Amino acid sequence: MDKINVVEVNNLVKHFDIKSGFFSSTTKVVKAVDNISFHIGKGESLGLVGQSGCGKTTTARLMTLLEEKTSGDITYYDKKTKVLTSLDALEKEDIQNFRSQVQMIFQDPYESLNPRWSIMSIITEPLNIHNLGSADDRIEAAINILTTVGLTPANNYLDRFPHELSGGQRQRVSIARALIMKPAFVICDEPTSMLDVSIRISIMDLMLDLGRDLGVSYLYITHDLAVARYMCDRIAVMFNGKILEISETEELLNNPIHPYTKRLLSSIPVPDPTYKRVKYHLDFKEINEIIKSSEGTDMIEVNKGHFISTKDFSNELI
Amino acid sequence: MSDPLKIEDSKRKNSIFSPVVQKNWYLFRQSKMGLIGFFIIVFFAVLAIMQPLFFISGYWSNNIYDPVVGYDSIEVELVIVKCPRNSDFPTEKYDKPEDCPGDGEISDRMVMPFAPNAKPGDYYETFLQPAPPSIKHWLGTDSLGRDVFSQIMKGSQVAFMLGLLSATLSVSIATLLGTIAAFWGGRVDTYLMRQADLILMVPQLPLLLIMAALYRFQVWHLALVLGILGGFGGLVISVKSQALQVKVKPFVDSARVTGGTKFKIMTSHILPNVAPIALLYMVFAVTGAIFAESTLSYLGLLNIDMSWGMMIHLAQTDGYIFSGLRYWWIVLPAGLSVTFLSGGFYLVGRGLDDVFNPRLRKR
Amino acid sequence: MSDNLLEVKNLYMNYETLEGKVAAVQDVSFSISKGQSFGLVGESGCGKTSVAMSLLKLQADNGFIDSGSIFIDGTDIVPLEEKELRSIRWNKISIVFQGAMNAWNPVIKVGEQIREALREHYPENTKHINYNKMVSLFNMVGLDDSVLNRYPHELSGGMKQRAIIALALSCDPKLIIADEPTTALDVVIQDQILNELKKIQENLGLGVLYISHDISVIAEMTDNMAVMYAGRIIEKGPTKDLFANPKHSYTKLLLESTPSVVGEKKKLYSLDGKPPSLMDEIQGCSFSPRCPNPTNDCKNGLIEMGLIETENGHWVDKCCVNCG
Repeated sequence: MDKINVVEVNNLVKHFDIKSGFFSSTTKVVKAVDNISFHIGKGESLGLVGQSGCGKTTTARLMTLLEEKTSGDITYYDKKTKVLTSLDALEKEDIQNFRSQVQMIFQDPYESLNPRWSIMSIITEPLNIHNLGSADDRIEAAINILTTVGLTPANNYLDRFPHELSGGQRQRVSIARALIMKPAFVICDEPTSMLDVSIRISIMDLMLDLGRDLGVSYLYITHDLAVARYMCDRIAVMFNGKILEISETEELLNNPIHPYTKRLLSSIPVPDPTYKRVKYHLDFKEINEIIKSSEGTDMIEVNKGHFISTKDFSNELI
Repeated sequence: MSDPLKIEDSKRKNSIFSPVVQKNWYLFRQSKMGLIGFFIIVFFAVLAIMQPLFFISGYWSNNIYDPVVGYDSIEVELVIVKCPRNSDFPTEKYDKPEDCPGDGEISDRMVMPFAPNAKPGDYYETFLQPAPPSIKHWLGTDSLGRDVFSQIMKGSQVAFMLGLLSATLSVSIATLLGTIAAFWGGRVDTYLMRQADLILMVPQLPLLLIMAALYRFQVWHLALVLGILGGFGGLVISVKSQALQVKVKPFVDSARVTGGTKFKIMTSHILPNVAPIALLYMVFAVTGAIFAESTLSYLGLLNIDMSWGMMIHLAQTDGYIFSGLRYWWIVLPAGLSVTFLSGGFYLVGRGLDDVFNPRLRKR
Repeated sequence: MSDNLLEVKNLYMNYETLEGKVAAVQDVSFSISKGQSFGLVGESGCGKTSVAMSLLKLQADNGFIDSGSIFIDGTDIVPLEEKELRSIRWNKISIVFQGAMNAWNPVIKVGEQIREALREHYPENTKHINYNKMVSLFNMVGLDDSVLNRYPHELSGGMKQRAIIALALSCDPKLIIADEPTTALDVVIQDQILNELKKIQENLGLGVLYISHDISVIAEMTDNMAVMYAGRIIEKGPTKDLFANPKHSYTKLLLESTPSVVGEKKKLYSLDGKPPSLMDEIQGCSFSPRCPNPTNDCKNGLIEMGLIETENGHWVDKCCVNCG
């Protein structure tokens, strides 16, 4: 079967106007997302890696219509029409349909569930909103998904409240809620960074397994390259609103081209006291050569599936 | 995997209240202020409830104990005395001019119109109004022979009804408006905020005075006015700030991503999380209502039979306020009741603050 | 013994809370000698921060040291009063708190806040001496003199953290506690700051106690380490030994659940559930409910606890000497 793209983002831009002064005139424009493009195939997971403030969370919010984009195109594969449809082309009713296909899992297990709702209500809210199934169907669906995410016996959990669960259990509830509609695409915004180290892997494994079983594609946002390596088929490195480098995971780790990526990789501590990390000093020689040979395109392919941004960052990276 | 929920189970089975309510009550208990306030409120609530019970059970007869039209005649014999001239004080019997006539005495000048032949040393039979506290009347009677304790209880009823009615009204309106302002933003928000500013600017008491002068205010009218005024005023701003905090929480984002409509998110996500704080404000709103009523009644502007404010008003017009502690049972009970009940609500509010504001909690 | 900057012996510490007594630290013993760096690893709620605060007797109002001794440069600080402690705090031992970046007073310039510490401990110093000292401190942490005149909100997260380290060094302590010193910082800044710390430690011969949930940081920065779980140390010894030859199931699990960017991509393992409540009396091994290979004795709670030495300096809980 052809590798179809579930998501395609082209030239996405988001500017924030900083208004100040007595008459609230715009004094500054913050380019939170500055012309990024990428795609994600069916069943594939793409990692969006970057440090705080690079624009990765904004990207996620743009893709779920939590924020309005300034310009650019976000396209999703519509299960019903079997065609890649741009979000701009959707009518109001279709947006509801789109919302059932795209879900998001948030970082904070303590704030992403309404403390006054029971687990049952939280998990079946998507079904409620989209008017799917009868009341009994919904209970059954809830029990099924709770069992799938490992919260068993499911009946015990239906009437519980979030404050009665541990962080890991809450994230499982978030995952259950995201997947109950069997979406095609899920965006994960650092879902394990607030969990204990010893339980992160079980949550990540759960997401990987479910992804495989349900054919879900992931956009996995994190600041931790090691986690991205575990979860993602491909990784995009983001900085200052731009994607600097994007390629398959192992290729990126073994053969990083962009100086920013190289510096990032060399700064990550390694859980091995005998390993000697090699300090990397920013060196723009190689990349300048590559930029020169590009024909003014934004991204240039240096290897199969391995792209580099051609923008000159030597001033912004100290 | 061990079940971390087993401990919760045992607590659950033993109570009709949800674990959340149980936990909150436990936290509330830790606050001494909150408990004191709670018991004060309970005390006055009991007073309010007891009054009709007393009447129904026949323990009190309406004729004597009704707070408005009751009348008790207490006969007393007073000794007629001739008070010295002001310049003769102090004498061996009296220190100051106010001491004559003392307790159990009556001045001959008072008696003269009724008994021209009376001489100092004679006894004069009269009805004692106001009568000091006795077994029959726990707080004595006022100048019209009405039982003060019964009046306090009636005042308690009025205070509660007025307080709770106006507070509920204002908090309900404010919560709705505040949440709408927070969630819709834009022009709606701006309008509601400016409206609140406008109402904040208007001083409450003068406004009430003017309205009372134009209309004949009854308690219900007052409750309505206070409720609506409060509902559109500063409370909206407080609720809005609270709603804004809830609006940015991830679970609201989650609901938006899933496709919830603005209205649904507002009612099912934001309102329930704003409600606890609204409850807190309500408690403070009650104290404001009680004070407003007392003030208006004291000024004689409220069309009401009996309330604490009315008691103080009567005390003032009859001149008892400046009698020192001689007629304390006419002045003090009403004033203290207002203070204590308002204070009680305030303390409960402080106690609730501990519950809803975890940062303020002692470990 | 006398060469130890810090020696903790059988420390027990708990918190009195509304819901009951929480046994936060149970029978913790370890020592740090001059110029050494020691790492305390564990997850949330394991007690590592409680240990750190106890070392300075800065624990919360409802925290009490039940028993045990803490020898700082030979003096047991457990029985000391507040007055005597003041000469030890910051002079002998100081701390870089978790989230210390947010510990700066926003309305006072950074330099002034450091000067406060100097004035407290060196009252006889002149303004000139203090100023020179601050400049040299800042240079040590890689900050420019001009930063002394700035307010905290004018500095970036990394700069604030460096300034906190300068503050911790201001009174020439012999031992520094670094409690999650680089959480919430970017990876590149984290690397720079950790390198600075290492250099400073080598130059000044300081002892450093690193506290972190990130074993990678501990692996790179420490000579010796201890792993904590539910208030107890379950394994301790030279860092290289523990990583090469972990004995306790929990230690093994920590190592096996940490992804890395170097080396082969391995299969990783992890746990479910959460650590036990420290309010309940725990019989036997507190880890056994989550242990992947508990023996029958472990499950019955009949196992005897306590660290024993297996190889040179490598200690592990008796129950896990031969964990399968």
